[in-house]
Amino acid sequence: MNRSIIISSALHLALIFITAMSLPFLAKKPIDLPPIVSVELIQISEKTNIPFAPKAKKIIEKVKEKEKKLVSQQAPPKKIKKEKPDSIPMPDEKIKKVKEIKDDKQNPEKIDNEVKQVSEFEKKELFDPNNIAALIDKSKIESAEIKNKTNKVTQDQDRNVEIMGLSLSEEDALKAQIFGCWSIPLGLPYNENLLVRIKLKLDPDGSVTNSEILDHARMNKPGQAFYKVLAESALRAIKLCQPLRVPTTGYERWKELQLNFDAREMLEG
Amino acid sequence: MIRKFILIIFILYSPINAFALIEVDITRGNLDPLPLAVSPLSIDELSKKNFNKILNKENIGSEISIIVENNLRTSGLFNPLDKDAFLQAPDIANLKPRFEDWNLIKAQALITGKVTYVNEKLRVEFRLWDVLAAKEMMALAFTTVPSNWRRVGHIISDKVYERLTGEKGYFDTRIIYVAEEGPKTQRIKKLAIMDQDGFNNKFLTLGNELVLTPRFNPTSQMVTYLSYFKNLPRVYLLDIETGTQEVVGDFPGMTFAPRFSPNGKKIIMSFAKDGKSDIYTMDLENRIVERITNHPSIDTSPSYSPDGKYICFNSDRSGYQQIYVMKSDGSEIKRISFGKGLYGTPVWSPRGDLIAFTKLHKGKFYIGVMRVDGSGERLLTENFYQEAPSWSPNGRVLIFYRETKTNVKGEGFSAKLWSIDLTGYNERLVDTPTDASDPSWSSLLSN
Repeated sequence: MNRSIIISSALHLALIFITAMSLPFLAKKPIDLPPIVSVELIQISEKTNIPFAPKAKKIIEKVKEKEKKLVSQQAPPKKIKKEKPDSIPMPDEKIKKVKEIKDDKQNPEKIDNEVKQVSEFEKKELFDPNNIAALIDKSKIESAEIKNKTNKVTQDQDRNVEIMGLSLSEEDALKAQIFGCWSIPLGLPYNENLLVRIKLKLDPDGSVTNSEILDHARMNKPGQAFYKVLAESALRAIKLCQPLRVPTTGYERWKELQLNFDAREMLEG
Repeated sequence: MIRKFILIIFILYSPINAFALIEVDITRGNLDPLPLAVSPLSIDELSKKNFNKILNKENIGSEISIIVENNLRTSGLFNPLDKDAFLQAPDIANLKPRFEDWNLIKAQALITGKVTYVNEKLRVEFRLWDVLAAKEMMALAFTTVPSNWRRVGHIISDKVYERLTGEKGYFDTRIIYVAEEGPKTQRIKKLAIMDQDGFNNKFLTLGNELVLTPRFNPTSQMVTYLSYFKNLPRVYLLDIETGTQEVVGDFPGMTFAPRFSPNGKKIIMSFAKDGKSDIYTMDLENRIVERITNHPSIDTSPSYSPDGKYICFNSDRSGYQQIYVMKSDGSEIKRISFGKGLYGTPVWSPRGDLIAFTKLHKGKFYIGVMRVDGSGERLLTENFYQEAPSWSPNGRVLIFYRETKTNVKGEGFSAKLWSIDLTGYNERLVDTPTDASDPSWSSLLSN
């Protein structure tokens, strides 16, 4: 009897421990992101972060001095667009942490690879990539992690927004397509709730493999005949629009999609 | 034990792994007419012969489908496709439509059906299909006497309209109006009735007496109208089904626009008494007359709200003719029109949400609608002279009459019925054999 209780308690504790500790890490799956977009975002954060990092600032000043000497004999250097300093706050603590990591784990071969990801523009700017680009590249990885944990609104978090949702242009393209396909039944009572939510499962080419009306029960309720008409019109719109204009990448993001058809705005005029 | 442990871990893990569902709000759509195909109703040879004998119509199936097609087209909400483009024969389409074929011609809905001659009666089956979803939306059958074949077409139109728009149709209805003939100074005015599509026109009076403002009872095929007998205004009741007519009463002075209450048990009108024009009701059972308004101004054109609790009317109590709303007992009178110009002939929509009116501003007449609190005024149509809007039973379309200008010699005058829907885009001339004015739309004949 006691043995069973002990085993049970141990197992429960083990479960709680695993849930608390392991699962968040397990949940972090490598994310399929378009590489070009991420590189561009990173570049912006590097530029704006540098002036706030005292040690990096010193290094850059040295680099610029050297650069002046060299560049004076060549073509004039391209000017770096100044970003608003308050667009990405970068506390000094983070940089300190970054530096520690750099000291401990930096691998010169890896640095070369990292530098290659940065654009040609970046290479011209940073004269000594071994010193600076390595620091910056490491800092961007670390800062992304730290910022995720601290829940501060930063540009790095924009990446997460993109991971979880459609970009504005992607959403607009999809909306514009469906607007053209949806024939709104004009006889609907506009003072009623005219929202139909439809959950879609999509193929990578935008074809709809399954569509489900989320408030299906409402269709058969007395006095809600108009809802059935509205829901059917929405389903017709989806079928007519197939394949939907979905993004070419990031299938995992949008393989399931919810469309909220709301006719009230149109009918009220 | 280990298996259970793994299973629990798996269950706990799996929901965390999912992405958040992306939601996209679709708040706009198109208001283009819905493309649909009305396949001719199939008919066997024997039935065809029988109906040809009785109705003198070669193919009654095609004739009924033409009625449906015309009705849906005139509503402005549907675009019936050209029959020449149809790939599937009517008899096969009725059994099992090949949706790919109908999809090919861009039809989103399809109407098929069959007509048969059964025990000297007309039996019509029809089906409405959702072409994109490849499924049946509705299937109904009607049996009636063959002479009712046009009504069957209208009933099918109503059912399709209701299924696809979410509101009741208005095709199986009639319109009563004043038919006018002769020069403007000596007009002969008769009471006439027709189907809403202009067919089956009949004259109900001979034209000996001047008739004005016929109005349908919302609950039956009864009509009330005003007629002058020996230069005295009389209010009549006429039963369309039986043709019986009775005088409700002689009223002093000018009497205007009698109209039924929503339950059909009262008539509301205005007449001049003691030098002022007020609104009165008359109970049709006991003929008791009750005064509703009592004001030195001219109050006319009363119309009940569909629930019977309110009355809208026009009055010049503010100095100019404007629209007012009051409780049905005459209390809480409130002005609702505040725009420039004069407002008249207010009519409460059967849906209860709008009031239609005629507006005169800078020499032009407008037919418009406003909400019952006076907000959201929209002018639907403008012309030299037009007035007397009457609502279709579903509150979607208005019928009114429009007069044209005469030339210098006094020629060229005409008055015709026109209809317009609430969008203001779908304006149509309603064909009548003579000039026409003062239309009134009946409720649905088949409720």
